[in-house]
Amino acid sequence: MIRIYFLPFTAILVSVIFILRLVNLQIIDSSYKLLSDNNAVFEQTLFPERGLIFDRNGKVLVSNKSSYDLMGIPENISVFDTIELSNILKVDKKLLVSNLNKARKFSSKLPSIIIPAIPKEINAVIQEKIWKYDGFYLQKKSTRHYPEAVAANILGYVSEVNKNDIKKSTYYQSGDLIGRQGIEKYYENDLRGKKGKKFYQKDRFNRIIGSYENGKFDISPKNSNNLNLTVDLTIQKYGEKLMENKWGGIVAIQPSTGEVLALVSAPSYNPNLLVGRERSKNYSNLSLDTISKPLFDRSLQAQYAPGSPFKTINALVALQEETINDKTVFQCNEGHYYAKGMHMECFCPKGSKNNLIKAIYNSCNTFFANTYRSIIDKNGSPADGLEKWNKYVKSFGLGNYLGYDLPIGKTGFIPNSNYYDYWYNKGGWKSSTIVSNAIGQGEILATPIQMANITAAIANRGYYITPHFVKSDKLLKNKIVSEKKFTLIDSIHYEKVIEGMYQVTERGTAKIAKIKNVKVCGKTGTIENFTKIKDQKVQLTDHSIFIGFAPKENPEIAICVFVENGYWGARWAAPIASLIIEKYLNKEVKRKWLEKRILNGSLLNEYEKPYLGTEFVINE
Amino acid sequence: MNRNIILSIDWITVLLYFSLISFGTLNLYSATYDESFQNISFFLSPIGKQSIFLFLSLVSGMLLLAIDPKILEPFSNIAYVISLILLLGLFLFGKTVNYSTSWYSFGPISLQPSEFAKIGTILVLGNYLSKIQTDIKKISSQFKIILLIAIPVSFISFQPDLGSALIFIAFFFPLFREGLSQIYLIIFISATVLFLISISYETITTIVIILFLFTIIFLCLRYLNPKIKLWPIIFFMMISIGFSFIVDYGYNELFEQRHRDRIEIFLGKKIDYKGAGYNINQSKIAIGSGGLTGKGFLQGSQTKGNFVPQQHTDYIFSTIGEEWGFIGSSIIIIIYFTLIIKIIISAEKQTRKFRRFFSYSVASLLFIHFLVNIGMSLGISPTIGIPLPFISYGGSCLLAFSMLIFIHLNFDANRLNE
Repeated sequence: MIRIYFLPFTAILVSVIFILRLVNLQIIDSSYKLLSDNNAVFEQTLFPERGLIFDRNGKVLVSNKSSYDLMGIPENISVFDTIELSNILKVDKKLLVSNLNKARKFSSKLPSIIIPAIPKEINAVIQEKIWKYDGFYLQKKSTRHYPEAVAANILGYVSEVNKNDIKKSTYYQSGDLIGRQGIEKYYENDLRGKKGKKFYQKDRFNRIIGSYENGKFDISPKNSNNLNLTVDLTIQKYGEKLMENKWGGIVAIQPSTGEVLALVSAPSYNPNLLVGRERSKNYSNLSLDTISKPLFDRSLQAQYAPGSPFKTINALVALQEETINDKTVFQCNEGHYYAKGMHMECFCPKGSKNNLIKAIYNSCNTFFANTYRSIIDKNGSPADGLEKWNKYVKSFGLGNYLGYDLPIGKTGFIPNSNYYDYWYNKGGWKSSTIVSNAIGQGEILATPIQMANITAAIANRGYYITPHFVKSDKLLKNKIVSEKKFTLIDSIHYEKVIEGMYQVTERGTAKIAKIKNVKVCGKTGTIENFTKIKDQKVQLTDHSIFIGFAPKENPEIAICVFVENGYWGARWAAPIASLIIEKYLNKEVKRKWLEKRILNGSLLNEYEKPYLGTEFVINE
Repeated sequence: MNRNIILSIDWITVLLYFSLISFGTLNLYSATYDESFQNISFFLSPIGKQSIFLFLSLVSGMLLLAIDPKILEPFSNIAYVISLILLLGLFLFGKTVNYSTSWYSFGPISLQPSEFAKIGTILVLGNYLSKIQTDIKKISSQFKIILLIAIPVSFISFQPDLGSALIFIAFFFPLFREGLSQIYLIIFISATVLFLISISYETITTIVIILFLFTIIFLCLRYLNPKIKLWPIIFFMMISIGFSFIVDYGYNELFEQRHRDRIEIFLGKKIDYKGAGYNINQSKIAIGSGGLTGKGFLQGSQTKGNFVPQQHTDYIFSTIGEEWGFIGSSIIIIIYFTLIIKIIISAEKQTRKFRRFFSYSVASLLFIHFLVNIGMSLGISPTIGIPLPFISYGGSCLLAFSMLIFIHLNFDANRLNE
């Protein structure tokens, strides 16, 4: 019996074992599918070229330069000569080894960047030898290039995604670029387009032998959008040049559209520094400079007391509230006592009688202190008065984010009654307590772009359009509404203030800002400011500020210039603003002497003072 | 071909045969499909050459069905001698491929005489067994049988083609069926176990394991029969230890590294996916990635990427696994199994010893190919490079096995006629 059934039973046993084995391999254990994909399918990511960025006249601000990344799939990497490879790549062997280890830790199956941004010359060499290194391949990638090396603060920069970015969005893979700051960040989705994927069939020697399943799974990349900025390259470049060796910001806006023509922050940096291999080193150098803070955008993030330019706003509020009119006159005796023993200085000669226009062009503190107090005290209760004033002021876009299309910003500060109730208790303060606000000193804080925006609102006689940096309406849809935002001041009141501002350059504090054949309106400011040295409040040289617009009728440019510790508004800010206006409206600057003075002027000595550790003199 | 044949032929076996060769051809097309070499002449491509042999197989099949079955028995000795001459002739005229001189080459067509030696050996053994004076229980007859097998096996071993030589182990099954002592079964199994132990462990460990096993066997026997003597146990133990020393020596001195690697991979001693274990691993990946329904005809990424070496010959089953999935693979296993069982059942019905032995041997050879080839692709038997008949690329194998099947069909059809 055993003789007859031995073979048939063995055959049954073997067949059953085979089928059980198949069940295990093909149905239960799913790891083989992945193994086979890794084996045989090579996934190439197709990066759409990142969108270019142009200025308002179509001049290139950001373009792309191609470079190659050395990619590696740890699982496929076999033993190789690390010294040879690092010599070819001209990198430190230790870096190569440590990056390989990092890649292994990240994933043995997924590709990682081993050496990023290989320059063209080295790429030519490595391309020929890459076959020697199993598991390595080169991936073409474009990096950013800034032909003009300007507007770093507006454009921002891109860098490789980190673990958090990958965690936050499934779109990104190790080695992808992401906008980190500025336009690059805000318009990331438009600029990056959408990656595509192409699958190739590999053979066992890792050679590509054709497309995988006739490209059934391929995803073609979605093209990126090019961006046209509202920024005028000429003005931006000129502004940056004028601000050399000075700290501060310039914001120029086209009042009729809200388009930002220039946004200068000084000191800044060459955007090309944050591209390529040296990126992280350069970045840490920039971020470690905590004194001049080149990565800090003073135009968007610095909150200064607005100083005298704010007087124009107080005048408008008072006119609207009818607590003054264009005939109101206040007498000034080199200042005035606003409370017992409390004196506010002014530069008006003794016995000056100032009406609104004269008060503006002479920047009379006394006039505006009285004006401001008339607003606050109008209804008897300073709290009610302040709340009303607060509402007016906020309608200029102060005290809140403006909503422009850049990722950073500050709200500034417009005090309300709660604020003073907190500090002085309820009813513990009067208009005289907060009178510093009259001249833009007190508790008010504003950023240069906010100040430029109120200038635009004045130039428009009562409305502003949210400042923005990108021209195409398509991209701005639902992001920034191009609607007119009206202030709470009737448009007739503006003319009186504008006349005063016009006189500022005609006969007032900023005659230096006068441009031949152009009616420039403006307002200077000289702002007291303090710092802390060894926990002691120390006064520094005043900030120099100027707001202005031109021409007086149908204004084309509104500007705010802020120069830290520049002393008189008329010394730095006004000439700089005036030069930019001249350049923008007339295309060329005739006042070479003024231009030369500004270009050669340096305030670096001024900025050193607090750090020298010795006694120093301010407002020289 | 007379009408009787058509009526009495085993159509189920014919159907199984044709389903295997048609599926095999289709699958071979996929396994050798290469987009980049489409302009190559059809008859030079693997599928073209295979088609020529398919045609030859069917023609010779018709002839073998038509002939009088009686003429085969006297023809046995001549067939065997021709087989041996062909094998010897290789050492003079053979073509060497991959270090083995196993082929006669006629232009693009190659013939592998070791495949046809199987037919000769079956015939000669059947003929010898059916003689009156032969008694399989006698040592002298057993010696002659072993000699008849050993001659072609040694010729094939010297080619060297260990895979094809090992296939002759299949003759154990028909011989056992015909009355070979059960001792051989025990020796056969013990030798296999001892072989595996010897190559798996160090010499000292092997001896300890042998001592331990024999102590247990002795204690069990002592329990069953208290009178049992110690010396035969010690005798067998010494033989076992001697055998393990020979295996150890042979394994380390006579085997080449690639053979050792293959066995060690199978035993799990070496895990080296990029080295010698690569084939098995890639084959497992190909089969495993097929899933339930497979990737579809011509869609296997492992197959297309040529990840599995010798995929169209030894690892053909991995293509089936990848492209046809669990369903396709199981169907092939079931068809194979059914064919083997069908042949055995027919063989058991034969009253003539010669014909019964012949059919039983066909089933056994098919079974050993099936066991070793698919087992290897699935990673459960050692890597021995032999084809899967009717499915793998290889004209000689196809032709030889087709001839075997058709002779079997002839014997089976004429069983009731005589």
